[in-house]
Amino acid sequence: MASEGGTLTSSEYISHHLTNLTFGKLSEGTTRYDGSVVGEGGTWTFAHGTEAADMGFWAINVDTMGWSIVLGVLFLWLFSKVAKTATSGVPGSTQNFVETIIEFVDENVKGIFHHKNPMIAPLSLTIFVWIFLMNTMDLIPVDWIPFIASEMGISYMKVVPTTDVNATAGMALSVFALIIYYSIKQKGLGGFLAELSFQPLGKWMLPFNLFLELVGLLAKPISLALRLFGNMYAGEMIFILIALLPFWAQWVLSVPWAIFHILVITLQAFIFMVLTIVYMAMAYDHH
Amino acid sequence: MNINLTIIGQAIAFFIFVVFCMKYVWPPITAALAERKKKIAEGLDAADRAERDLQLAQEKATENMRKGKEEAAAIIEQANKRANQIVEEAKEKAVEEAGRVKAAATAELEQEVNQAREALRGQVATLALSGAEKILEASIDEKAHAQLVEKLAAEL
Repeated sequence: MASEGGTLTSSEYISHHLTNLTFGKLSEGTTRYDGSVVGEGGTWTFAHGTEAADMGFWAINVDTMGWSIVLGVLFLWLFSKVAKTATSGVPGSTQNFVETIIEFVDENVKGIFHHKNPMIAPLSLTIFVWIFLMNTMDLIPVDWIPFIASEMGISYMKVVPTTDVNATAGMALSVFALIIYYSIKQKGLGGFLAELSFQPLGKWMLPFNLFLELVGLLAKPISLALRLFGNMYAGEMIFILIALLPFWAQWVLSVPWAIFHILVITLQAFIFMVLTIVYMAMAYDHH
Repeated sequence: MNINLTIIGQAIAFFIFVVFCMKYVWPPITAALAERKKKIAEGLDAADRAERDLQLAQEKATENMRKGKEEAAAIIEQANKRANQIVEEAKEKAVEEAGRVKAAATAELEQEVNQAREALRGQVATLALSGAEKILEASIDEKAHAQLVEKLAAEL
């Protein structure tokens, strides 16, 4: 636990582990963590302590982006390697593994989404595997990577991208954009707006209908983002709390929790994927 | 938990990954899967056909064997018949040959008997003549009595 000289209190330790490595602009006149004041024109720097909040929107969580891209590339590297040498004959073990995942995703897509769209299945596959890999980072003991990072001089390192609401919201908003795009493409702008306005209570209750439908529409990306974020954040939190125990007692709790978490990470990736497919199917269906 | 640029970065990364997956990952693998499915279906089909063919071949083989057995039985029967016939013929021929040999032998015997009788008759005539000559002690005109003696001999 003592990644910074062993002088951390429990709450400092927890908040340290839940802080992203943020790179952004501190505006002029901001007092920094060490008491200095940012000079004229502001400065681009890594945030320290609570400075990330001062940076506002124009900052980027380097650890979230880094790990998610590394994991996404790992996923695409493995799958495209298999795709390049994919044979219709006897598959090797890697191809077998990849095919199992693809058939699982394909089955889900075919079961829910009954229209023709060559993007839905690859989209679902990317969501499922990518989120699964990002969630799996949760199973790496919480101190390992932050310790290595701090040895390298990087003071913050949150290794599970899905415990950052930016990552989950980024994906959820992308899905939301696709929902809007395909709704309008399938039904026309008029049809889409009519669906929002004239249901469920007929055209005389238009404002009420619009309110209800808009809430329902906006709830889709928000629930997608927050469900995944909440689950992973809570799970990570438990791991961090367990890590506060004496080292010889940790396994009593961390092992069962990790085993249970294997289920959670798979389930959350699966739920995100299935809900995406359902939302896309809803965008296609006429109500 | 600050909302910042990361949200857009994630969306961009997500978009790129999906496009890559859609172009280079999904189609080749599903194509391979579909092709394997087709191959398996064809294989099963071929196996079915082969089984049917095998059954047909077996039926044919059984039929052929049955026919062969029948033919063989017919040939054996025919051969037996023919053998009997040959034996019968041989027997008949043998009997015939024996008859012929016997007839020839009988004829020869008769001929020899006749010859012997002729010779005997001649000798008897000469003997009677010489006897009568001796009995009569007289010279008999051979020419006058030859007719008589011959008659005698023919009567013997």
